[in-house]
Amino acid sequence: MTEAQITEKVIALVTPYVKNRAALANVTRDTTFLADLGINSARLVDIVLAFEDEFGIEVSDDAADSIATVGDAVDLIGKLVP
Amino acid sequence: MAAESINQRVVVTGLGVLAPNGHGLEAFEAALREGVSGIRFIEKLAEQNFACQVGGVPQGVDELEHAYLAPDDLLAMNDAMIYTAIAGIDCWRDAGLREIAPDAPVDWDTGAIVGTGIGGMQTIGERLIPMVDKGRVRRLGSTMVEQVMCSAVSAKLGGLLALGGQTTTNSSACTTGTEAVIDAYHKIRTGQIARMIAGGAEGASHYTWSGFDAMKVLASQSNDAPARASRPMSASASGFVPGSGAGLLMLESLASAERRGARIYAEIAGGQVNSGGQRDGGSMTAPNPDGVVRCVRAALAGAGIGPGEVDAINGHLTATFADPHELENWRRALDVDAGRLPPINATKSMIGHALGAAGGLECVATVLQLHHGFLHGSINCEDLHPQIEPFRASVVQRTRAFDGRIIAKSSFGFGDVNGCVIFRKWPS
Repeated sequence: MTEAQITEKVIALVTPYVKNRAALANVTRDTTFLADLGINSARLVDIVLAFEDEFGIEVSDDAADSIATVGDAVDLIGKLVP
Repeated sequence: MAAESINQRVVVTGLGVLAPNGHGLEAFEAALREGVSGIRFIEKLAEQNFACQVGGVPQGVDELEHAYLAPDDLLAMNDAMIYTAIAGIDCWRDAGLREIAPDAPVDWDTGAIVGTGIGGMQTIGERLIPMVDKGRVRRLGSTMVEQVMCSAVSAKLGGLLALGGQTTTNSSACTTGTEAVIDAYHKIRTGQIARMIAGGAEGASHYTWSGFDAMKVLASQSNDAPARASRPMSASASGFVPGSGAGLLMLESLASAERRGARIYAEIAGGQVNSGGQRDGGSMTAPNPDGVVRCVRAALAGAGIGPGEVDAINGHLTATFADPHELENWRRALDVDAGRLPPINATKSMIGHALGAAGGLECVATVLQLHHGFLHGSINCEDLHPQIEPFRASVVQRTRAFDGRIIAKSSFGFGDVNGCVIFRKWPS
């Protein structure tokens, strides 16, 4: 799976949780889930579950805690995807 | 606190309703006037072998919810929370308050008491228990607690509207919605806050309704004729029809309402909640008649109104064995002969028994009747219960014009708890 494909899926998976809908138009690797997209921090738990289901991976709690930006998520998933 | 602030007059300046027979004030009022039943056959109840296979569920919510709530809100909201949000937002707008927006500042002058009877049972039954029993706790995600906590309904509404006053949930079984109105009334009356959204909400879940079905208190004789299933005061009543929805009222101090030029529907003249102590005929599931009589009399006394001044009654009247007792209790409380009881009607005949939402929905129905000058007919009681026969002249069977000033609304609940609120017409 290419980085572009992963990025596209990550954005699709987080979209339902995004409060700041306008920010979706300009998502980059540096876009943060909390500050930029306005996602409620509690929902990161649900987003990680969605990553696990979509990509068939298991994300440890420590790894999940390290995800702050779209780039963080894409890199982590890239490493874990079988 | 200034002396004048501890005895505020309390008025109703907004209403919101999502009922099985109508969403919004116009639709609900029309349904009440025309005797439209919101009771329908519920496939799920048949599949799960319920004796009662009919219920009252608000219609069209799957589409409606997107007009009121953002996608990320809906990810963590069960039916009861969605019903509350729809009725609450309607109530806020009806009261003519400011635009609702995610970045609106906190409104420190408004709070909410939104009660519920069974809480987040839908979420517990459909998500929490199945996942936990499979050992999949980690897969529950982040949204369980905020949906199963009893205060889910009031908490979510508080966030949507940025309420800065007390935002809480009460629970007293089938008295819940009426108790919320009375509690909010006292809070405003004593000058603690300017406005409270008050009422009740209950989700539509077969898990919520199952225990009542097992008690054999639900109507099981009309599965093939849902509109005729809810039969308060009828000789052929066979139990109540479970309902759901949300009914909310914006209560406000008269001073605040006048300051902002708000439209006033009615005044709350008084209200009382009590308990019969589960003695002298009272139990976990039946009221002590003396408790009911005391509750009504205390509500009237608090309102400064004599028993003879009650112009109509919106009863609790569920279509169980308790209906004849309720009329007799009202007769005693007002100290009149059966033939002289004020007109009485049962909103549940059209919407079923919405449990924690019942009092809220029925208070909205009561205020609409007072404000618009009508009493709605109770449907399905053509065959009056023999013990109610002496009260025949008082039972409102057909919708009619009404020019009275006072309607008393009562609710009674498991636990032998009672609530009675006195609404007074506001001169137009």
